[in-house]
Amino acid sequence: MKKSIFGIALIFFVAFMIMAAFGMRPFGEPVVSEMDDYYIQNAQAETGANNVVTTIVFDYRGFDTLGEATVLFTAVLGITALFREVVK
Amino acid sequence: MKEEMSLIVRTITKLIYGFILVYGFYVIVHGHITPGGGFQGGAIVASAFALLIVAYGNQGVKKYLKKDIFSLIESTGLVLFIAFAFFGLGATFFYNFLANSGGLFGNPAVIGVNPGDLNTGGTVPIMNFAVGLEVLAALAVIILTMSAGSEITREKEN
Repeated sequence: MKKSIFGIALIFFVAFMIMAAFGMRPFGEPVVSEMDDYYIQNAQAETGANNVVTTIVFDYRGFDTLGEATVLFTAVLGITALFREVVK
Repeated sequence: MKEEMSLIVRTITKLIYGFILVYGFYVIVHGHITPGGGFQGGAIVASAFALLIVAYGNQGVKKYLKKDIFSLIESTGLVLFIAFAFFGLGATFFYNFLANSGGLFGNPAVIGVNPGDLNTGGTVPIMNFAVGLEVLAALAVIILTMSAGSEITREKEN
């Protein structure tokens, strides 16, 4: 009973994935590209850095990097709390 | 119980770990010119520490790699990052106030394909450095803590 439910769900899942794969737009041709064009045209002049990827990560999308750093800090916090020395 | 690996591994580690450290710091410092950045360079530097810990064991590196110092470096990196985000608050949070200002890291970049100038980028290189410090120290703390923990577990089991 349980196995048949899982099987039907799997068939539906795979069917939806195949349908989505056929409906995909061609690779390298984004539908909306104003943002990409803006970065490529203006990033070098606005931030003065040659590496546009780094300017996006550390300047335009700084909040994202702040979140990543916080995630890493929280991971260290958890590990040090887990492996702390317990004095009885 | 002997923790360190064989003589071959230790000798090769001695030879190459300095080069790995230098390459990692190169990736961090040149993050705004060449591919890479704080996260990637920090991971490379931490891989040198991981190599040392694997080759020499937790007891062998205890004198040189101290967890408290790495913890301090990690907090310093994160505080530096957030501080430079707040310094731009005259315009907005994370505003690049040093770019094209002519001072520190303030040279305007040459538009188009060019070899690059280290003194460009505004706050981007400083943030790269801060995040690099944070990542290398965080990964070093994780590796050191887990190696110490596994050693304690092994002592208890034996």
